[in-house]
Amino acid sequence: MVTFLGINLFGLSGQLLVGLINGSFYALLSLGLAIIFGLLKIINFAQGALYMVGAFIAWMALQYMGINYWAALIIVPLLVGVIGVLMERYLLRPIANEDHLYSLLLTFGIALILQGAFTHGFGSSGLSYAIPAELKGGTKLPFMYLPNYRAWIIVASITVCFGTWWMIEKTKLGAYLRAGTENPQMMQAFGINVPLIVTLTFGFGVALAGLAGVMAAPVYAVSPEMGSNMLIVVFAIVVIGGMGSIGGAILTGLGMGVVEGLTKYFYPEASTTIIFLVMVVVLLLKPAGLFGKEA
Amino acid sequence: MKAMTKTLMSAAMATAIAATGAQAAGLSDDKLKIGVLADMGGVYADVCGPGCVTAVEMAVEDFGGSVLGKPIEIVTADDQNKADVGSAKVREWVEDQQVDAVTGLVASSVTGAVTKVLTDNKKIALISTSASNAFTTKACSPYNAHWTYNVVALANGTVKPMVQSGKKKWFFITADYAFGHALEKVATGVIENNGGEVVGAVRAPLGTTDFSSYVLQAQSSGADVVALANAGSDFVNSLKTAAEFGLTEMVDVAGLLVFTPNAQALDPAIAGGMKLTTGFYWDLDDETRAWSKRFKERHGSIPAMGHAGAYSATMHYLNAVKATGTDDSDTVMKHMKANKPNDFFARNATLRADGRMVHDMYQVRIKTASERKSEDDIFAVEKVIPGDEAFAPMLAQCEFK
Repeated sequence: MVTFLGINLFGLSGQLLVGLINGSFYALLSLGLAIIFGLLKIINFAQGALYMVGAFIAWMALQYMGINYWAALIIVPLLVGVIGVLMERYLLRPIANEDHLYSLLLTFGIALILQGAFTHGFGSSGLSYAIPAELKGGTKLPFMYLPNYRAWIIVASITVCFGTWWMIEKTKLGAYLRAGTENPQMMQAFGINVPLIVTLTFGFGVALAGLAGVMAAPVYAVSPEMGSNMLIVVFAIVVIGGMGSIGGAILTGLGMGVVEGLTKYFYPEASTTIIFLVMVVVLLLKPAGLFGKEA
Repeated sequence: MKAMTKTLMSAAMATAIAATGAQAAGLSDDKLKIGVLADMGGVYADVCGPGCVTAVEMAVEDFGGSVLGKPIEIVTADDQNKADVGSAKVREWVEDQQVDAVTGLVASSVTGAVTKVLTDNKKIALISTSASNAFTTKACSPYNAHWTYNVVALANGTVKPMVQSGKKKWFFITADYAFGHALEKVATGVIENNGGEVVGAVRAPLGTTDFSSYVLQAQSSGADVVALANAGSDFVNSLKTAAEFGLTEMVDVAGLLVFTPNAQALDPAIAGGMKLTTGFYWDLDDETRAWSKRFKERHGSIPAMGHAGAYSATMHYLNAVKATGTDDSDTVMKHMKANKPNDFFARNATLRADGRMVHDMYQVRIKTASERKSEDDIFAVEKVIPGDEAFAPMLAQCEFK
C-alpha cells in the first residue's frame, strides 16, 4: 500500500474521485439555481422539489408506460420545464415587481405542497429505480472500483454544465438573454419578446433540476424528501460561488464535492457541516462570493 | 418508607380486586381514550404513522367499540419526529383531554420525552415502533410497555448467528444520532462476546444522500461483514451504494433495522439474500395473513411490524381494562403483566415486570426476484428466535411488581 504521512494514498485517490462525482451532481443542480437567480433575480426554493418531481416522473414513466432511462433523460426535463413555464407564467409573473422575498416565499410554499402531495401519494419510504442495463457493472481502477454509472454522471453533468455556460456566455442567444434581463425596455424596443425570454429561461433552469432528478433516480432513494435534503447544500454552493455567477456555480459545485468527500474520509461527522463552514468563511472574506462581482 | 407503604397499599388493592372480581372504580371520566402519536408525514411515516392509526382503529372495532359500557375514543397527532412537539401534545392529552394510554411512538428521542410525561401523570405508554432499549433499562418506568422489538433483539437476531458462523471482522456504517449509536454499541457487545472484533466504523449524519465515500472506506477495512446501523432512507441509500460499488459481492452486508416498506423500496437484485431480524411478518401463517389482508384493504399496503405491534398492544390493554373494570393505570398494568398477550402478533409472549414485551422474533431473508410471487412477497422466514434468546434479561432496578 502506498502511504504518505500515514495517509493511504490509494484510499485518498478514491475519495477524491468520489468527491468529484458528487461535485458534478452539485454543479448540475446549482447551475439551474444560478441561472434563475443570475438572470431573473428569482430565488427559486422549489428547485429541490422539482428535482424530486423529475425523479418521480422518471419512475412513473418506467413503471406505467415502459419508457426507459434514456428516453426519460429527454422527456422528463421537458415535462419539468413545462411545469416551470406554467409556474413562471401564472404564479411568479403576477408578483414579478414585488420584493425578492415574495418569490422566495411563493416557491418555498410550492416546494412544501409538492413534497406533501408526493408523500401522500407514494409514501415516505421511497421507490426503486434500477440502473440501466447499458451502464451496469464497473471498471477496476488501480485504486478503486468505479461503477460505470458514476462515470456516466461525471461525463454527462460536465457536458451539460459547460454547454449551458457556453450558450449563455458565448452565443448570440445568450447575449439576448443577458441583455433582455439587464435592460428589458431597451430590448423590447429592439423587438425582442422579453417576457417570453424570461419564461423560457425559468423553464430551462427548472428543466435542469428535472434532468438531475432522472440522473439521481438509479443511485439515490427516490423519495419525497430527496429534494429538501439537497436544496440547502446547493443553495450554499450558489452563495459560495457568488449569487448569479454561472461559471462560479459550476466550479464551486465541483470543488465542494471534493471538499465534502475529503471530510467524509478524515472526519465524517462534519461532512454535512463543512460546506456551511466554507460558506461562512467565504462570506466573511469575500461577501459577493468567490466568483461574484462586488456590487 | 413512603414507597414501601405505597407498594403495600397497591398490593392490598390488587388483592381486593382479585377477590371481588371486576367491581373496581370503573372509568375515571366516563370514557376510555387512546392517543396515537407518530410521525405522520416525514421519513418514518410509512413504518407507523397513519398505518398505526388504522391498526388501533381496527383493534377498537374488533373489541366492540366500547368497554365497560362506555365508548372508546381515539385521538391522533403528528410528532414530526420532534421530541418537544410530541411531549407538548401528550401533556395536553393527559392533562386536559383525559387520555388514558398513548401508542404509536416511533423516533426514540420523541418516545424518551413522551414516556417521561406519561410516567409523571401515571398514564401508560404502549410503545410500538421505537428501537432504543432505554425504555426498559436506564429510562425504565412502571408505565412503559415496549411492544414490538428493540436494538438488543435486532443485534441478537442478526449479528450473533453471523459472528458464530465465522464472520469475525465487522465494520459499521452508523447513523450519527442516538438510535444509531445505541444500535452500534449493542451490536459491538454481541460481536465481542462471540469472539469477533470491530475493525472500523464511520458515523454518517442523518439524511446523508451519498454514501459512496463510506462504502469505499468499508471496502478497504478488510472486514468480513459491513453492518448498516441506520434506518429508513439512510438504509436504502447506503445499501444501494454498497451494491453499486461492488461491496455486496465482496463481503456480507447486514441491515440491522429493516422495515418491510424499506425492503419493498429496494430492487430485489440489490437486497435479495440479505438476512435481517423482524418482530412480525404478514405471511407467517393463516392468522397473520387474515389480519394483514384486512389491514391492507383499509390502509393500502401490507403492515410493517410497528402496525401489528400497535394493534396487539392496544388489544391487550383493552382486555386488561375490561377484566379489571377500571382505567386506573397501576391496576391495568398489573393485569397486563400477569396475563400473557396472545394474538396473531404476540407468540409465546409475556409482558415482563420491566415493561419489555418478550415474544418470538423472526430471522428472515429478503427474497430474490425469481422467488417472489407478488409485490408483497418479500421475506422468507429462516428461523424463529425465542423471545428469551432475542431480548436481554431484566435488570433488577427495573423490576416493577
